[in-house]
Amino acid sequence: MDFLNTLLIGITAGSIYSLMAISMVLVWRSTRVVNFAQAGMALLSTYFGFEAVTKLGSFWIALPVAMLGGALVAALVEMILIRLLVKHSSSGPIAGVAPIIATLGLLGVIRASASMIWGGQDVRIVGPVSNDGFTINGTTLVFSPLKLLILVTVLVLMLILSLVFQKTNIGLALRASAYSPEIARLSGIKVDWVRTLGWALAGAAGAVAGMFQTVNGNGTLSPDSIEFSLLLVSGFIAAVIGGLDSLIGAVIGGLVLGLMISFVLMYISSGLFFIAPFVILLLVLFIRPQGIFGAKAARRA
Amino acid sequence: MTLTVSNLTVHHGAICAVNQVSLTVPAGKLAAIIGSNGAGKTTLLRTLSGLKHPTQGEISWNGENIVGTKPEMLVRRGISHVGEGKSVVPELTVKENLELGAIWRRNNQESKESIENVVSIFPRLGERINQRSDTLSGGERQMLAIGRAIMSKPQLLLLDEPSLGLAPLVVEQIFQTIRDLTNSMNLTVLLVEQNAMGALKIADLGIVLNLGSVAVAGSASALIDDPAVRSAYLGY
Amino acid sequence: MHKKQSRDLLLFILGGVVLYFLSGMVDELRVYQGASIAVYVIAISSIILLTGYSGQVSLGHGALMAVGAYAAAVARIELQAPIILCFVIAVLAAAIGGALLGAAAARLSGPYLAGTTLALAIGLPSLANQFSVLGGEQGLLFDVGFPPLSLGEEFTQYKWFFWIAALAALISMWAVKNILSSRYGRTWRAIRGNEVAAQLSGINIARSKILAFTISAGIAGLAGALLSMTIGTVSPSAFPLALSFSLLTGAVLSGITTLGGAMIGAVVLVAIPEVADAVANRIGSSERVTTNLPGFLVSALLILTVLFVPNGPVEQHRARKAKKKNYLS
Ligand SMILES: Nc1ncnc2c1ncn2[C@@H]1O[C@H](COP(=O)(O)OP(=O)(O)OP(=O)(O)O)[C@@H](O)[C@H]1O
Ligand SMILES: [Mg+2]
Repeated sequence: MDFLNTLLIGITAGSIYSLMAISMVLVWRSTRVVNFAQAGMALLSTYFGFEAVTKLGSFWIALPVAMLGGALVAALVEMILIRLLVKHSSSGPIAGVAPIIATLGLLGVIRASASMIWGGQDVRIVGPVSNDGFTINGTTLVFSPLKLLILVTVLVLMLILSLVFQKTNIGLALRASAYSPEIARLSGIKVDWVRTLGWALAGAAGAVAGMFQTVNGNGTLSPDSIEFSLLLVSGFIAAVIGGLDSLIGAVIGGLVLGLMISFVLMYISSGLFFIAPFVILLLVLFIRPQGIFGAKAARRA
Repeated sequence: MTLTVSNLTVHHGAICAVNQVSLTVPAGKLAAIIGSNGAGKTTLLRTLSGLKHPTQGEISWNGENIVGTKPEMLVRRGISHVGEGKSVVPELTVKENLELGAIWRRNNQESKESIENVVSIFPRLGERINQRSDTLSGGERQMLAIGRAIMSKPQLLLLDEPSLGLAPLVVEQIFQTIRDLTNSMNLTVLLVEQNAMGALKIADLGIVLNLGSVAVAGSASALIDDPAVRSAYLGY
Repeated sequence: MHKKQSRDLLLFILGGVVLYFLSGMVDELRVYQGASIAVYVIAISSIILLTGYSGQVSLGHGALMAVGAYAAAVARIELQAPIILCFVIAVLAAAIGGALLGAAAARLSGPYLAGTTLALAIGLPSLANQFSVLGGEQGLLFDVGFPPLSLGEEFTQYKWFFWIAALAALISMWAVKNILSSRYGRTWRAIRGNEVAAQLSGINIARSKILAFTISAGIAGLAGALLSMTIGTVSPSAFPLALSFSLLTGAVLSGITTLGGAMIGAVVLVAIPEVADAVANRIGSSERVTTNLPGFLVSALLILTVLFVPNGPVEQHRARKAKKKNYLS
């Protein structure tokens, strides 16, 4: 029973990390920036979702509101911060670290702002269905209707995303701009806008991750909560496991990470909450530096 | 649809790659640009397609100055550029690469017809339509690059060394196709080539670029007969 | 070369003397802040060495500082080691941690390295809760003792902290400066400039990257021990992620390649909470704003600097002057 519980918890948490990793990958592919503010942006979107829940009373309305808010924030960040960054800091000794520093700064700004605006309140988002575990043959699982719902929703979103990428012109434009921006421009694609679109999609995916991470935890929301630090680290690690450039890799990376953390906490020690992802990251980087799906050269980018 | 370049100067930082170049290619003509390595041929083409900004000068296409217009907008005005070295997106399939060329039209029906047209010109691409393009041979990839460019139904085609790294027989084929396309689609073509003889043979006009400036310009046949050009670029 | 070095040494000593007289003239709070500035100068110089010169990013220097601080405190408590020895142990322990991290880091670059060290910064301090010898959430006391009586009755505890920190800062700045102008410094710059070219010219890239990480970590460890000296305790909460960010901000503000600018970054970092306080008082805002304003300012400053003065104020000024000179001649 323990085993099944651990497995299901791991998969649910992992699916949320996958979403986060997807948003990191989308951003990386569109602007070659690892966005350390991604979790911060997810946090902000979740607060938007919280506002919507309290005002409108429905989680299912709040979710798209959060997604829209997240998309908007991300698009603005790309149009203002990232474009300025490319213009001003793409040469000299700072060039390699400038995007890292800028997105970290953004993370700090978002966290501090969120604390200023919502910090004092007891901010709570109630999930759409119960988080009490299913009961089978008299034993109660940790796996709950809520977790099932999260899993299904994430899967559906991923399916939609992959259809968009594989079957539509917008998807083709996104892929072409990511792989060969110059050829994309010569084909008449407005690459600048496609980049913004990539960020917006990432923002929306991050918003869903943030909303689910919150209701899947204890429902409270705080800029310094463990949930969001975990989202920050796990999104990055899952993306790296997958190779940063691959959407499928991000999904698998997230699931692998979720399962590993879940099993470590269950069978080794629950105190290893934060150090386990780090050890997993190091293991991956040592065994296969380019990630599971990454191209060999990617790591040097 | 005449292309007129006047006094064009282009720098890479401090290096002056194109220096006071003026040239005219009348509508429907094929102009070959030849010159040694580093002569500024690629830079010239990249400036014409908007990828590079000139320091000075004018480019007039269709009677309008197009300096400062972005490449994605120039495609919409009929200018297609095939970059140096098999300009295809390796991660995409052959079909997707072709679709890319017509993507700005947002008309899937038209795109489908254009693909059929390209496949009729390059049947090899039809056989490999769902293959990832990095599995193609060098010659096939060059066909794909040209195919992508004509997907957008251009009026001006800029080709940068399409013969690079191809077997002599394939080179001849590609050159013949370029000539045929020029006639059948009524294209204006600027063909940059190291293979000077091959290019001049199919071209209407020839332009020799040397150290960023036009050294000789004239009809292609006159250039082939010019003793100075012969010894410097044609090697006999 | 030799002459220049002794001139530098003289300058450092002179600086020390000035600081000494200055510390006698200002109040306790300023003395305490002076100590904090000295600590930040050390920490920032470790980042400048690592990021500005060897081209590697670390968001985990807060964690390395924690390693140094815990090592010093444990040595103090368990071994009753003399205070100087505690600092030496802090340097060594952090350097070992840095060497391990560096070995991993040498295989990574750019965002990968940043993310890995970020995960470390978040993960490592929480690990302290796992070991009872490290005191859990409460942490450990770290007491360097009273100032020696020979310094006089009026010599306060804070002044003593300041003295120790300032001396440490002078020594480590001098050391870093010499390391950077040595063969190693040149090697690092060569790697940062062009890794492939450096490799072709026979530089062992991995080894020199690890060396940079080790030295930088050792210096950070010293800063960590000094930081906990001024606080009096070592605990996980003294080394939050925000500390790592602050250091990066300080280094960027100083100019990521300008060791001499470390002072600028350090002063700004210490001044920010005070500025934030003043601002919050002026606008009469709630406690929520007051507590978060410093973090906000640090981050906003970080972004603005990277965008508009990417190479730091000193470099910027120098570049402008050089341009003007070129223009005139
Ligand atoms: N991105 C760049 N940065 C700096 N200099 C460049 C750049 N691109 C080209 N150059 C320089 O500009 C000059 C012209 O280069 P260009 O590529 O236009 O020559 P080319 O005629 O196409 O040569 P090739 O036949 O070898 O392709 C050369 O001296 C080259 O070194
Ligand atoms: Mg060329």
